[in-house]
Amino acid sequence: MGIFRFHQYQVVGRALPTSTEGHPKIFRMKLWATNEVRAKSKFWYFLRKLKKVKKSNGQVLAINEIFEKKPTTIKNFGIWLRYQSRTGYHNMYKEYRDTTLNGAVEQMYNEMASRHRVRHPCIQIIKTATIPSKLCKRENTKQFHDSKIKFPLVCRKVRPPTRRLKTTFKASRPNIFM
Amino acid sequence: MVFKRYVEIGRVALVNYGKDYGKLVVIVDVVDQNRVLVDYPDIVRGQMNLKRLQLTDFKIEIPRVPKKKTLAEALEAADIKNKWENSSWGRKLIVQKRRAALNDFDRFKVMLARIKRAAVVRQELAKLRKSSA
Repeated sequence: MGIFRFHQYQVVGRALPTSTEGHPKIFRMKLWATNEVRAKSKFWYFLRKLKKVKKSNGQVLAINEIFEKKPTTIKNFGIWLRYQSRTGYHNMYKEYRDTTLNGAVEQMYNEMASRHRVRHPCIQIIKTATIPSKLCKRENTKQFHDSKIKFPLVCRKVRPPTRRLKTTFKASRPNIFM
Repeated sequence: MVFKRYVEIGRVALVNYGKDYGKLVVIVDVVDQNRVLVDYPDIVRGQMNLKRLQLTDFKIEIPRVPKKKTLAEALEAADIKNKWENSSWGRKLIVQKRRAALNDFDRFKVMLARIKRAAVVRQELAKLRKSSA
Protein backbone atom coordinates (compact mmCIF):
# COMPACT_ATOMS: atom_id res chain seq x y z
CA MET A 1 0.00 0.00 0.00
CA GLY A 2 1.37 3.36 -0.90
CA ILE A 3 0.75 6.87 0.24
CA PHE A 4 -2.82 7.87 -0.56
CA ARG A 5 -3.95 11.43 -0.88
CA PHE A 6 -7.55 10.52 -0.16
CA HIS A 7 -8.41 8.47 2.88
CA GLN A 8 -11.75 6.78 3.47
CA TYR A 9 -13.47 7.73 6.70
CA GLN A 10 -16.63 6.58 8.42
CA VAL A 11 -18.31 9.50 10.16
CA VAL A 12 -21.22 8.95 12.51
CA GLY A 13 -23.18 11.90 13.77
CA ARG A 14 -26.54 13.20 14.81
CA ALA A 15 -28.33 16.36 15.79
CA LEU A 16 -27.96 17.33 19.41
CA PRO A 17 -30.80 16.06 21.59
CA THR A 18 -33.33 18.78 22.40
CA SER A 19 -36.34 19.01 24.64
CA THR A 20 -38.68 18.13 21.73
CA GLU A 21 -36.56 15.31 20.32
CA GLY A 22 -34.63 13.42 22.93
CA HIS A 23 -33.27 10.72 20.63
CA PRO A 24 -32.48 12.12 17.19
CA LYS A 25 -31.72 9.70 14.38
CA ILE A 26 -28.06 8.79 14.03
CA PHE A 27 -26.55 9.06 10.59
CA ARG A 28 -23.46 7.31 9.27
CA MET A 29 -21.52 8.32 6.19
CA LYS A 30 -18.57 6.87 4.41
CA LEU A 31 -16.63 9.52 2.59
CA TRP A 32 -13.25 10.41 1.18
CA ALA A 33 -11.16 13.29 2.43
CA THR A 34 -7.51 14.14 2.81
CA ASN A 35 -7.72 14.25 6.61
CA GLU A 36 -10.15 13.84 9.50
CA VAL A 37 -10.94 17.51 9.84
CA ARG A 38 -12.03 17.73 6.24
CA ALA A 39 -13.96 14.49 6.59
CA LYS A 40 -16.04 15.94 9.41
CA SER A 41 -16.65 19.08 7.43
CA LYS A 42 -17.81 17.07 4.42
CA PHE A 43 -20.06 15.05 6.68
CA TRP A 44 -21.90 18.15 7.81
CA TYR A 45 -22.13 19.41 4.23
CA PHE A 46 -23.90 16.28 3.08
CA LEU A 47 -25.99 15.89 6.19
CA ARG A 48 -27.32 19.44 5.84
CA LYS A 49 -28.73 18.37 2.48
CA LEU A 50 -30.55 15.43 4.04
CA LYS A 51 -31.69 16.75 7.39
CA LYS A 52 -32.13 20.20 8.93
CA VAL A 53 -29.02 20.10 11.10
CA LYS A 54 -25.81 22.09 11.24
CA LYS A 55 -22.47 21.50 12.87
CA SER A 56 -23.45 23.99 15.59
CA ASN A 57 -26.52 21.99 16.61
CA GLY A 58 -25.14 18.53 15.94
CA GLN A 59 -22.43 16.28 17.17
CA VAL A 60 -20.04 13.82 15.54
CA LEU A 61 -20.20 10.63 17.50
CA ALA A 62 -17.38 8.71 15.81
CA ILE A 63 -14.91 9.12 13.04
CA ASN A 64 -12.82 6.15 11.98
CA GLU A 65 -10.54 5.60 9.07
CA ILE A 66 -11.46 2.63 6.90
CA PHE A 67 -8.60 0.59 5.55
CA GLU A 68 -8.58 -1.94 2.76
CA LYS A 69 -9.38 -5.41 3.95
CA LYS A 70 -7.32 -7.28 1.34
CA PRO A 71 -4.78 -4.97 -0.28
CA THR A 72 -2.96 -7.84 -1.97
CA THR A 73 -5.73 -8.89 -4.36
CA ILE A 74 -6.80 -7.05 -7.49
CA LYS A 75 -10.39 -5.85 -7.66
CA ASN A 76 -12.55 -4.00 -10.15
CA PHE A 77 -14.01 -0.88 -8.58
CA GLY A 78 -17.03 0.97 -9.93
CA ILE A 79 -17.36 4.58 -8.84
CA TRP A 80 -20.52 6.60 -9.30
CA LEU A 81 -19.85 10.29 -9.08
CA ARG A 82 -21.47 13.66 -9.52
CA TYR A 83 -19.27 16.45 -10.80
CA GLN A 84 -19.55 20.06 -11.71
CA SER A 85 -18.38 21.02 -15.16
CA ARG A 86 -18.20 24.48 -16.58
CA THR A 87 -21.78 24.26 -17.76
CA GLY A 88 -23.58 22.24 -15.09
CA TYR A 89 -23.69 19.12 -12.96
CA HIS A 90 -23.36 15.66 -14.44
CA ASN A 91 -23.36 12.09 -13.18
CA MET A 92 -20.76 9.60 -14.20
CA TYR A 93 -19.93 5.97 -13.71
CA LYS A 94 -16.26 4.98 -13.94
CA GLU A 95 -14.47 1.69 -13.51
CA TYR A 96 -10.97 1.11 -12.20
CA ARG A 97 -8.80 -1.88 -11.58
CA ASP A 98 -6.73 -1.59 -8.43
CA THR A 99 -5.75 -3.41 -5.29
CA THR A 100 -7.31 -0.90 -2.90
CA LEU A 101 -10.40 1.29 -2.97
CA ASN A 102 -8.34 4.31 -1.94
CA GLY A 103 -6.09 3.67 -4.92
CA ALA A 104 -9.08 3.49 -7.26
CA VAL A 105 -10.53 6.72 -5.84
CA GLU A 106 -7.20 8.44 -6.32
CA GLN A 107 -7.10 7.18 -9.90
CA MET A 108 -10.58 8.59 -10.37
CA TYR A 109 -9.64 12.04 -9.09
CA ASN A 110 -6.57 12.13 -11.29
CA GLU A 111 -8.49 10.96 -14.34
CA MET A 112 -11.30 13.48 -13.83
CA ALA A 113 -8.74 16.22 -13.51
CA SER A 114 -6.92 15.22 -16.66
CA ARG A 115 -9.80 14.18 -18.90
CA HIS A 116 -12.47 16.67 -17.84
CA ARG A 117 -10.50 19.39 -16.04
CA VAL A 118 -12.58 18.83 -12.92
CA ARG A 119 -10.77 19.68 -9.70
CA HIS A 120 -11.38 17.61 -6.63
CA PRO A 121 -13.66 20.02 -4.73
CA CYS A 122 -16.13 19.77 -7.60
CA ILE A 123 -16.42 15.99 -7.39
CA GLN A 124 -18.87 14.18 -5.12
CA ILE A 125 -18.60 10.44 -4.83
CA ILE A 126 -22.10 9.01 -4.77
CA LYS A 127 -21.27 5.37 -4.42
CA THR A 128 -18.40 2.94 -4.78
CA ALA A 129 -18.59 -0.79 -5.17
CA THR A 130 -16.41 -3.78 -5.90
CA ILE A 131 -17.69 -5.15 -9.19
CA PRO A 132 -17.32 -8.83 -10.05
CA SER A 133 -15.64 -9.37 -13.40
CA LYS A 134 -18.84 -10.47 -15.15
CA LEU A 135 -20.62 -7.21 -14.43
CA CYS A 136 -17.94 -4.82 -15.57
CA LYS A 137 -19.08 -2.47 -18.27
CA ARG A 138 -15.96 -0.79 -19.56
CA GLU A 139 -13.82 -2.48 -22.21
CA ASN A 140 -10.77 -0.95 -20.62
CA THR A 141 -11.19 -3.01 -17.45
CA LYS A 142 -12.64 -6.04 -19.23
CA GLN A 143 -9.55 -6.47 -21.38
CA PHE A 144 -7.58 -7.48 -18.27
CA HIS A 145 -10.04 -10.19 -17.29
CA ASP A 146 -7.94 -12.92 -18.82
CA SER A 147 -6.39 -15.61 -16.70
CA LYS A 148 -3.76 -16.23 -19.39
CA ILE A 149 -2.98 -12.59 -20.00
CA LYS A 150 0.24 -12.03 -21.85
CA PHE A 151 1.69 -8.97 -23.51
CA PRO A 152 5.19 -7.78 -24.35
CA LEU A 153 6.73 -4.55 -23.17
CA VAL A 154 7.46 -2.67 -26.33
CA CYS A 155 9.76 0.20 -25.41
CA ARG A 156 11.87 -0.01 -22.28
CA LYS A 157 12.55 3.21 -20.47
CA VAL A 158 16.25 3.16 -19.58
CA ARG A 159 16.77 5.09 -16.39
CA PRO A 160 19.43 5.14 -13.65
CA PRO A 161 18.56 3.32 -10.44
CA THR A 162 18.46 6.53 -8.39
CA ARG A 163 17.81 10.13 -9.39
CA ARG A 164 21.22 11.05 -8.05
CA LEU A 165 22.87 9.20 -10.94
CA LYS A 166 20.91 11.09 -13.56
CA THR A 167 23.04 12.87 -16.22
CA THR A 168 22.00 15.21 -18.99
CA PHE A 169 24.24 13.71 -21.65
CA LYS A 170 24.96 10.08 -22.39
CA ALA A 171 27.90 8.61 -24.27
CA SER A 172 25.83 6.23 -26.38
CA ARG A 173 22.25 5.66 -27.47
CA PRO A 174 20.21 3.54 -25.10
CA ASN A 175 18.98 0.10 -26.08
CA ILE A 176 15.20 0.26 -25.63
CA PHE A 177 14.43 -3.33 -26.60
CA MET A 178 13.14 -5.05 -23.48
CA MET B 1 11.62 -7.57 -33.67
CA VAL B 2 10.09 -10.69 -32.24
CA PHE B 3 9.31 -10.42 -28.56
CA LYS B 4 10.52 -13.22 -26.33
CA ARG B 5 9.85 -11.86 -22.85
CA TYR B 6 6.21 -11.24 -22.02
CA VAL B 7 4.44 -9.79 -19.03
CA GLU B 8 2.52 -12.87 -17.92
CA ILE B 9 1.62 -14.70 -14.76
CA GLY B 10 4.74 -16.48 -13.60
CA ARG B 11 7.29 -14.24 -15.32
CA VAL B 12 10.36 -13.60 -13.19
CA ALA B 13 11.46 -9.98 -13.23
CA LEU B 14 14.21 -7.89 -11.68
CA VAL B 15 13.41 -4.68 -9.85
CA ASN B 16 15.66 -1.95 -11.20
CA TYR B 17 14.37 1.15 -9.42
CA GLY B 18 13.17 2.11 -6.00
CA LYS B 19 13.22 0.62 -2.56
CA ASP B 20 13.40 -3.03 -3.71
CA TYR B 21 16.24 -2.42 -6.15
CA GLY B 22 18.04 -5.54 -7.24
CA LYS B 23 15.43 -8.03 -6.04
CA LEU B 24 13.95 -10.79 -8.14
CA VAL B 25 10.16 -10.90 -8.12
CA VAL B 26 7.51 -13.02 -9.78
CA ILE B 27 4.52 -11.46 -11.57
CA VAL B 28 1.43 -13.09 -10.07
CA ASP B 29 -1.31 -10.95 -11.61
CA VAL B 30 -1.79 -7.99 -13.89
CA VAL B 31 -3.62 -4.90 -12.58
CA ASP B 32 -3.68 -2.95 -15.81
CA GLN B 33 -1.43 -1.78 -18.62
CA ASN B 34 1.18 -0.29 -16.32
CA ARG B 35 0.99 -2.15 -13.03
CA VAL B 36 1.37 -5.74 -11.95
CA LEU B 37 0.99 -7.62 -8.72
CA VAL B 38 4.35 -9.05 -7.71
CA ASP B 39 5.34 -11.54 -5.08
CA TYR B 40 8.36 -13.42 -3.80
CA PRO B 41 8.96 -15.54 -0.71
CA ASP B 42 10.70 -12.78 1.21
CA ILE B 43 8.58 -9.74 0.26
CA VAL B 44 4.99 -8.73 0.93
CA ARG B 45 2.77 -9.22 -2.11
CA GLY B 46 2.15 -5.79 -3.61
CA GLN B 47 1.63 -3.92 -6.81
CA MET B 48 4.49 -2.47 -8.77
CA ASN B 49 4.73 -0.32 -11.85
CA LEU B 50 6.17 -2.09 -14.89
CA LYS B 51 8.54 0.83 -15.29
CA ARG B 52 10.38 -0.44 -12.24
CA LEU B 53 10.73 -3.96 -13.56
CA GLN B 54 12.95 -5.58 -16.10
CA LEU B 55 11.71 -8.91 -17.40
CA THR B 56 14.03 -11.92 -17.40
CA ASP B 57 14.01 -15.03 -19.54
CA PHE B 58 12.61 -17.16 -16.75
CA LYS B 59 8.98 -18.13 -16.22
CA ILE B 60 7.46 -20.46 -13.67
CA GLU B 61 4.17 -22.33 -13.71
CA ILE B 62 1.84 -20.87 -11.13
CA PRO B 63 -1.90 -20.28 -10.92
CA ARG B 64 -3.14 -16.70 -10.75
CA VAL B 65 -2.22 -15.17 -7.35
CA PRO B 66 -0.85 -18.30 -5.68
CA LYS B 67 -0.40 -18.77 -1.95
CA LYS B 68 3.06 -18.01 -0.62
CA LYS B 69 3.73 -21.73 -0.08
CA THR B 70 2.71 -22.63 -3.65
CA LEU B 71 4.89 -19.86 -4.99
CA ALA B 72 7.90 -21.01 -2.98
CA GLU B 73 7.41 -24.60 -4.17
CA ALA B 74 7.08 -23.54 -7.80
CA LEU B 75 10.27 -21.49 -7.52
CA GLU B 76 12.07 -24.46 -6.01
CA ALA B 77 10.79 -26.80 -8.71
CA ALA B 78 11.95 -24.47 -11.48
CA ASP B 79 15.22 -23.86 -9.59
CA ILE B 80 15.06 -20.17 -10.44
CA LYS B 81 17.65 -19.15 -7.86
CA ASN B 82 20.40 -21.32 -9.34
CA LYS B 83 19.38 -20.63 -12.92
CA TRP B 84 19.52 -16.89 -12.21
CA GLU B 85 22.90 -17.04 -10.49
CA ASN B 86 24.38 -19.07 -13.35
CA SER B 87 22.94 -16.91 -16.10
CA SER B 88 25.24 -14.27 -17.56
CA TRP B 89 22.99 -11.44 -16.31
CA GLY B 90 22.85 -12.88 -12.80
CA ARG B 91 26.56 -13.47 -12.68
CA LYS B 92 27.25 -9.90 -13.75
CA LEU B 93 25.12 -8.58 -10.92
CA ILE B 94 26.88 -10.79 -8.38
CA VAL B 95 30.27 -9.55 -9.58
CA GLN B 96 29.07 -5.93 -9.44
CA LYS B 97 27.92 -6.41 -5.84
CA ARG B 98 31.17 -8.08 -4.90
CA ARG B 99 33.23 -5.28 -6.43
CA ALA B 100 31.17 -2.61 -4.69
CA ALA B 101 31.73 -4.31 -1.35
CA LEU B 102 35.53 -4.46 -1.57
CA ASN B 103 37.53 -2.65 1.04
CA ASP B 104 40.91 -1.02 0.40
CA PHE B 105 42.89 -4.13 1.29
CA ASP B 106 40.76 -6.21 -1.06
CA ARG B 107 41.34 -3.72 -3.83
CA PHE B 108 45.07 -3.96 -3.18
CA LYS B 109 44.89 -7.74 -3.45
CA VAL B 110 42.93 -7.42 -6.70
CA MET B 111 45.60 -5.09 -8.07
CA LEU B 112 48.36 -7.59 -7.26
CA ALA B 113 46.37 -10.42 -8.80
CA ARG B 114 45.78 -8.43 -12.00
CA ILE B 115 49.49 -7.60 -12.30
CA LYS B 116 50.37 -11.26 -11.81
CA ARG B 117 47.84 -12.37 -14.43
CA ALA B 118 49.03 -9.76 -16.90
CA ALA B 119 52.63 -10.90 -16.38
CA VAL B 120 51.75 -14.53 -17.10
CA VAL B 121 49.79 -13.52 -20.22
CA ARG B 122 52.70 -11.41 -21.49
CA GLN B 123 55.17 -14.23 -20.94
CA GLU B 124 53.03 -16.59 -23.01
CA LEU B 125 52.61 -13.95 -25.67
CA ALA B 126 56.37 -13.40 -25.81
CA LYS B 127 56.91 -17.16 -26.19
CA LEU B 128 54.41 -17.32 -29.05
CA ARG B 129 55.98 -14.33 -30.76
CA LYS B 130 59.45 -15.85 -30.49
CA SER B 131 58.30 -19.20 -31.87
CA SER B 132 56.51 -17.60 -34.84
CA ALA B 133 59.22 -15.03 -35.61
